[in-house]
Amino acid sequence: MTTTTPSSRKQSSDGDTRLLRLGAVGGDFLDQRLSGAGFVKFFARKVFPDHWSFMFGEMALYSFVILLISGTFLTMFFDPSMEEVVYTGPYTALQGETVSRAFESTMEIAFEVKGGLLFRQMHHWAALVFMVAIFVHMFRVFFTGAFRKPRELNWLIGFTLMILGMAAGFSGYSLPDDVLSGNGLRIADGLMKAIPIVGTYLSMLLFGGEFPGTDIIPRLFTIHILLVPAAILGLIVIHLVLVVVHKHTQYAGPGRTNRNVVGHPVLPVFGAKAGGFFFLVFGIITLISATTSINAMWVYGPYDPSPVSAGSQPDWYMLWTDGGLRLIPGWEFTIFGYVVSLNMLIPMAIYGAMLAFLALFPFIEAWVTGDDREHHLADKPYNAPVRTGLGVAWIVMYLILVLAASNDLIAIALQLSINDLTWLFRISFFVGPVLAFYITKRLCLSIQRHKRDLALHGQETSRIVRTGSGDMIEIHEPLNEYDRWELIAHDDYRPLKAGKGVSSLRAKATSFFFKDRIEPVTPAELRAALEHAGHEKHVIDEATGGDYRTPAEKVVH
Amino acid sequence: MNTNTDGSSPARVSALAPKEGGGFPNPGLPPHSPRQSDISKPAEKRAERLVAAMFLLSVVGTAVFIAAYFLVTPLDTNLFAEEGSPKALWWSNLITGLGLAIAVGAIGAAAVHWAKTLMPDKEWVEERHDIRGSDETRKVAAEMITGGLSETGIGRRPVMVTAMVAAIAALPIAVLAPLSTLGPLPGNKLHHTFWGHNPGQRLARDHDGTPIKLSDVAMNSIFHVMPEGLTHETPHHLEERAKAAAVIVRIDPKVAKNDESMAMGVEGVLAFSKICTHVGCPVALFEQQTHHMLCPCHQSTFDVTDGAKVIFGPAHRPLPQLPIEVDAEGYLVAPGDFTEPIGPSFWNIHKDK
Repeated sequence: MTTTTPSSRKQSSDGDTRLLRLGAVGGDFLDQRLSGAGFVKFFARKVFPDHWSFMFGEMALYSFVILLISGTFLTMFFDPSMEEVVYTGPYTALQGETVSRAFESTMEIAFEVKGGLLFRQMHHWAALVFMVAIFVHMFRVFFTGAFRKPRELNWLIGFTLMILGMAAGFSGYSLPDDVLSGNGLRIADGLMKAIPIVGTYLSMLLFGGEFPGTDIIPRLFTIHILLVPAAILGLIVIHLVLVVVHKHTQYAGPGRTNRNVVGHPVLPVFGAKAGGFFFLVFGIITLISATTSINAMWVYGPYDPSPVSAGSQPDWYMLWTDGGLRLIPGWEFTIFGYVVSLNMLIPMAIYGAMLAFLALFPFIEAWVTGDDREHHLADKPYNAPVRTGLGVAWIVMYLILVLAASNDLIAIALQLSINDLTWLFRISFFVGPVLAFYITKRLCLSIQRHKRDLALHGQETSRIVRTGSGDMIEIHEPLNEYDRWELIAHDDYRPLKAGKGVSSLRAKATSFFFKDRIEPVTPAELRAALEHAGHEKHVIDEATGGDYRTPAEKVVH
Repeated sequence: MNTNTDGSSPARVSALAPKEGGGFPNPGLPPHSPRQSDISKPAEKRAERLVAAMFLLSVVGTAVFIAAYFLVTPLDTNLFAEEGSPKALWWSNLITGLGLAIAVGAIGAAAVHWAKTLMPDKEWVEERHDIRGSDETRKVAAEMITGGLSETGIGRRPVMVTAMVAAIAALPIAVLAPLSTLGPLPGNKLHHTFWGHNPGQRLARDHDGTPIKLSDVAMNSIFHVMPEGLTHETPHHLEERAKAAAVIVRIDPKVAKNDESMAMGVEGVLAFSKICTHVGCPVALFEQQTHHMLCPCHQSTFDVTDGAKVIFGPAHRPLPQLPIEVDAEGYLVAPGDFTEPIGPSFWNIHKDK
């Protein structure tokens, strides 16, 4: 490995020497047993690029650690049992109610265990932050094309982590056995029963009999504290090992190429920043939990199959799965006496298709471009207008489902008819993504044109010179070569014609992706532009005598 | 036209556009500009003191957290509120939380500030290497795999291999056995409710369990009901409640549109399943003016003047009706079960069981 290192800035002091000796003693012990020196040599000075948009993955990782810490605390006091007891704790509104042990022990954590409410709120808030970080991280990767070869498989691992995150969240917030989460389980049960042929069997197997039964909480507990976190932990390890194997992507820039990685070594700078960031995320989640209540299940009360209240929304990352259920018309048909419930199957199919699109996009795009090279430079999103447009369209579709899942709250807040609102969302579900795609793509192309002008002609200065012949010329300040490089270095793709190894489908696909391309600046264009700028500068200098100040500025000085 | 940028024309044509002269040369890293703390001793000292102060702040946070854990508790000692009061819980959460937030957050702020101001900020450059192995490595790997496989004799012993495939294919089927014992088979459980199993039940108010007289039901009112005999002592009472939950509403027979439905009620008092036929939420909302029942989960809307037919939203089937009568003492009773299985539709819901 060739690594260029800036020469160290300071001489070692006495303190440094003492530390080194300590390291050598401990290091000798570990090296002889764990081959530690080899690992340190490989890893300690590994370079990681630095950019704010790379922090979201870290944020997801750190909130997962906080979930493990706070979750471990909760398991010490939570009792995943559906045995019925009479609540006699300090929360007077529920005294005398029949509740499950799971509910009662959650109440104990919230009201009686020292620090219990804090850790419970930290656990829930960290879960919300975890899912936010995963989504933002995933779309950072999407919009910068960081999923391209060789990272397609790591994209799939990340995708699986997102699904597992939703499973962890759903299984977790169902554990208190309160009215809100109980109705969530009931919806899951209804959806499962809708699956043709096997649905009712699946429901009976999951719930250990009829809904709700007495098995579901202990089963969800095992899923929530063992199966899902173990899978998440394992996949996170693979995800990170692959980050090391591939080395992190970086944005194109002066000195940053597809063949190198520019950044800070793990020891000390990246390690200190990343470690510090863990504590910052921890601190902020704790601060939110200290000041902001979340999932006050004592307000909802223990689960009972009969009541439910308006304004029943799941945690934010599950909202979209509820939105489709609210928008779908009441379609159901019977064939040979058997029922096919399209009012549940279609939403589930749509969710599946949306997820499949995300999972498969790296492979779709690779098929379209036919680009077999390794990609280590992250794209600027506006340089991939169709990809960016598709991503934004997906997000808009997702957000419409999220809003649709809150249609009762929106109707109340805005004093609208819930029926009109539902119709509005039904139409938006189809129209919104198309509009979003088109607008985003046009915006990207406009930005590309603007950046192209900027690279060729430099920054407008708003100073206009009138030459002797009456011409008006605006003075442009040329970019320095480093700033310009970022605007001209990117690759671009062209549509292909069908035939000669290109199927007509692929030709159409490349046309869809690339027909409106804005070609990057070529060296010849830049030469011509610089030459032109030279002439112009000559004319301007002749007219102004090289003094670019306006008459008003000249008066002041 | 369809050639790669290097002029080759392979089976997979890349859509990559050619670049004139291979594009622009990379100008290399821009010159490094020093930070305040690099050029000014006082700035460096200031940064050092700030980092140290933040670490010390963390110690203070830890002390606050530990102290609050024992001195600002929800049930016992509480410095700020009466012991065991809701305010005590609020204070306990706030002070322990703030202490912990400062304890961890200050360490983070200190570490990041240290890294940004005092550790070298000049960037390092590390070369990348192909992810793929060299041709030589690949050759060795391929030889290892083919060599290893040929040592097993897989290619030469078809009977054995077929048997192995059979064994590996059969084993996962074994998983079905334990899986199948996770729960009972559906049987006819979803087709019947407590009402049908115990004919002649009085309709009782849900939660207090008192029976309802016909004369109790005012015009346009709604009652949430359960079978009178369904109590906490009933086996599987939650599962039974989940299926038996019903509502009764009283509508003016003049607004009724559905004779069949009215015939199953008494003087405009109609009983319907409370479980939505979409995905099974309780249809808990009743609008007196329009005689609509609304499911708060997904807004399926049912018209009780027309046999609880769906008039909006994702549900398809009407809410199953519970035929009711009045007994000798004037109480509402249900002689049998709902007209059809309640709750979300499933595959064989229309099959008699």
